[in-house]
Amino acid sequence: MCLGIPGKVVETYDKDGVQMGKVDFDGIVKEICLSFVPDAEVGDYTIVHVGFGITKVDEASANETLALMKDMGMLAGELDANVALATEEAIAAGEAHP
Amino acid sequence: MSDGATIDGWACPAPLRDQPNIVMGHGGGGKLSAELVEHLFLPAFDNPHLDGLGDSAVLELPPGRISMSTDSFVVRPRVFPGGDIGELAVNGTVNDVAMAGATPLYVSVAFILEEGMPIDELAAIVQSMAKAAGEAGVQLVTGDTKVVDRGHGDGVYINTTGIGILRDDIDIHPRNVRPGDTIVVNGTIGDHGMAIMSVREGLEFESAIKSDTAALNHLVTALLDGGIDVRAMRDPTRGGLAATLNEIAVAAGVGVVVDERDLPVERAVAAACEMLGMDPFYVANEGKMVVFVPAAQADLTLEIMHANELGAKAVVIGEVVESHPGVVVAKTAIGATRVVDTQVGEQLPRIC
Amino acid sequence: MKHLDEYRDPELARKLFDEIDKITTQHWVLMEVCGGQTHSIIRNGIDQLLNKNIELVHGPGCPVCVTPLDTIDKALAIAARDDVIFCSFGDMLRVPGSDEDLFQVKGGGGDIRIVYSPLDAFRIARENPDKQVVFFGIGFETTAPANAMAVYQAKQHGLTNFSMLVSHVLVPPAIRAILDSPVNRVQAFLAAGHVCSVMGYAEYVPIVEEYGVPIVVTGFEPLDVLEGIRKTVAQLESGVASADNAYPRAVSFEGNKAAQDLIADVFKTTDRNWRGIGMIPGSGWELSDRYADFDAALRFDVGDIDTQEPEICRSGEVLQGLIKPNECEAFGKECTPRKPLGATMVSSEGACAAYYTYGRFIEIEGASP
Repeated sequence: MCLGIPGKVVETYDKDGVQMGKVDFDGIVKEICLSFVPDAEVGDYTIVHVGFGITKVDEASANETLALMKDMGMLAGELDANVALATEEAIAAGEAHP
Repeated sequence: MSDGATIDGWACPAPLRDQPNIVMGHGGGGKLSAELVEHLFLPAFDNPHLDGLGDSAVLELPPGRISMSTDSFVVRPRVFPGGDIGELAVNGTVNDVAMAGATPLYVSVAFILEEGMPIDELAAIVQSMAKAAGEAGVQLVTGDTKVVDRGHGDGVYINTTGIGILRDDIDIHPRNVRPGDTIVVNGTIGDHGMAIMSVREGLEFESAIKSDTAALNHLVTALLDGGIDVRAMRDPTRGGLAATLNEIAVAAGVGVVVDERDLPVERAVAAACEMLGMDPFYVANEGKMVVFVPAAQADLTLEIMHANELGAKAVVIGEVVESHPGVVVAKTAIGATRVVDTQVGEQLPRIC
Repeated sequence: MKHLDEYRDPELARKLFDEIDKITTQHWVLMEVCGGQTHSIIRNGIDQLLNKNIELVHGPGCPVCVTPLDTIDKALAIAARDDVIFCSFGDMLRVPGSDEDLFQVKGGGGDIRIVYSPLDAFRIARENPDKQVVFFGIGFETTAPANAMAVYQAKQHGLTNFSMLVSHVLVPPAIRAILDSPVNRVQAFLAAGHVCSVMGYAEYVPIVEEYGVPIVVTGFEPLDVLEGIRKTVAQLESGVASADNAYPRAVSFEGNKAAQDLIADVFKTTDRNWRGIGMIPGSGWELSDRYADFDAALRFDVGDIDTQEPEICRSGEVLQGLIKPNECEAFGKECTPRKPLGATMVSSEGACAAYYTYGRFIEIEGASP
C-alpha cells in the first residue's frame, strides 16, 4: 500500500474552497490536493499519494539520515563528529533548527 | 454545394463541403467513397500506383525475398504528444518489415471509420500518414475504406500491411544469437507509453514527454551497410523491452542479462512511471529497436547509431549468456539480481 | 528524482548490508507489513543480499489482496449496471471475485474507468449528472484521507450521483491479530511508512508494550528498508522493544492532524473481514452516519451474491506470513498471474505475484551476486 512519491510544490491556489497546487516530479507536473499539507509552500517537497500531499518532506531529517548512512562503518568518534558537522551545515543552510 | 450530380465540376479539394462528417455512404463503394479517395487519399498519398485506382496495385520488386508485415492500430486518444494514429500506423508496419533486415517499399492502408467521425480529423490523420511515408521512403499504394454505424467504431481503426525486399545475404533471426553477444538499444525507453498515459482520461499530467514514433528502416540500413553482423533485432512495442528480450531469449534458447542502471530512461518518463507505479521495462515504445550484435562489433554499432538522429542515445544494455536459457535477468539498482518476466496483460497504474 | 534516487545508492546499500551483518548474531523473524515494502524488497533483491539469519516474512499489507471477497462481488455487480460509471484504482481491475473480475465486466460492457485519484471520480460525477458514479474506496489508512475528501466534497456540493464502496482496512488491529495467533513466529514489525505519515506511530506504542515486540516505521526505497531492518535487528539483539522511526523525513510521532480530523469526520471504525484471514474486530473503516447517503453498498441493491473462494487457495496463510508463496502447492501451477486463484497472486503488491514476477520459482544458475 501506499505508493507515495516526493514532488516539489511549484504553485498553490484555492479551487472551489479546496487548497490545491501544482507539484513537479522531475518535469512531470500534476494538479495535487494540498489540503492535508496546508503549510506547504512553493519550493517545499511533499509525498504524494493518489493525488494528495500526505506529508511535507522534512529536508533536515533527510540530510541527517543520509549523513548517518554515509558514516556507517566508521569509528564511533568520527561518526559523532560527522553528524555534528552535517547538522551544523544544515543549520547554516537554514534547513534545520538547533 | 453543387447539385451533387457529378464530381467532375468540383474544384475544392475538400469533399462534401456541407457534410463535415463521415457517413455510411463513404464506405459504400459509390460516389461518396470515390470522393473520399479522389479528394482526400490521392492528393495526400500522391504516387502513380495509387493514381491508377485499380483494384490492386501492381508492383515491380527488386530481387530478393519478400518481407511482409501487417498491423492494426486502435490507439486512444488518436492524437497524443509526439504523434497520432496515422503516423503510428505507417511507422509501425515499416518497422516490422525493417526488423527482418528488409528494405520496406510499399504499404497498403485500410480504414474502418465510425459514422460521424469529422472529416477534418481524418484529413489530419491522412496528412500524418503521408508525411510519415515520405520520411520512411515508402509509398502507400492501395487501400480500402469501410464505415461502421455510430457507436461501433471508436472514430477510426487503421490496418497497414507493408512489404519490403530482403537481400539474399541477410539472415537476421533469434537462432543466430549466441552467448557473448552484446545487446544494444538505440535510445530511451518508455517514451511512447508514458506519452499516451499523459493524455489518458483519469491519469493525465502535464509533461514534455513525446511519443518516439519513428521509422527505423534508415537506421537499419546504416547498420547493415556498415557491416554489422546483426544476429537478431526487434522493436519493443506492446509489452515493452521486457517482452522483446524474453521473446528473443526464448526463441534463441539463451539467457539474457541486463543491468537496470544502464537502461536509458528520460527523467520525466522515469518520474511518470514512479508516479503511476509502472516499470519502464514494460512500457511501449514506437521508435526503438533492440539489436543483438557480436561483442566485437559493439563499439562500431554504437558509432553508427550515434551518427544517426534516431540512434543518438544508443547504449549497450546487456549481454547474452549461456546460463538460464530463455530467462531474462536484471541486475538491480543495489546490485542484486531479479528475473524479468513478461507481464500478464497490460501494465496498469497502481496505488500500492 | 530528489528525495527518492538518493535512497537507491548501491554503495550506501552495501554499507547497510555490512552493518546489519555486523550486528546480527542469531535468527530473527521480521514482518514487513506493507505490500509496497514487499514489492521493493523482492524487486530490488534485498532479501537475496540480506544476512541469512534474518527472515523476512511478508505481511497482509496489500489492501487489494485483503478486500473481502463479498465486497469485490458487490463491486462487480454494481459495475455491471447500465446506469453506473464505476471508477477504481488500477490495482483492483484484475482481482478475482467469486466468478470474474472488473476487467471481464468491462469487457461485457460495464463502464469502468481507471482513475489516479478519488477526486477524479468526483470530477467524473460532476461531468456526468445523468449517471451514477461509484468509486471503489479501498486502501489502508494512507488512502483514507483522499477517499474521505472525495466524499466530503460530494456532500459539500450536494452531489446526488456520487457514492463510494468503502473497504478500508487498518494496520494496528492486523498486527495484533498476527501476534495473537498461536502459530505466530514474527518477532518484530517494519511498520508501513506512508500509513504512518498519515496516522503517526503513537498507536504502536501500546502494542509494543503489550507484546514486547519492536515496531519500526520503515520507508520503501532500498536504503529505507535496510535502515528499518537495521534498527529493528539492533533492538532485537539488545533485547529491547520500542516504537521507533526509520523514516523520519516523512513520518512524525503524531502524524498528519488535518488528515486524521477529516478521517474522524467521514469514517467510523467497523469490524472487517480480511480476505484469506477472517474477521478482525475493529479493523476497518466505513462511512460515518453523517455520510451514510454516500455509501454505495446501501444505495445499490445488488441482491444475493454467492461468495465462494477456491479451496486450494492459501493466500490467507501467505498474508499472515505462515507460508511463503512458493510453499503453496498451487503456486506456479493452478495459480499464476494469468489465472490467479486468490488476490495475493493478482495484485502486483501481493506476495505471490511478487514472488512469481521476480522469478523466485525459477532456479537461476549464477544469478546470485
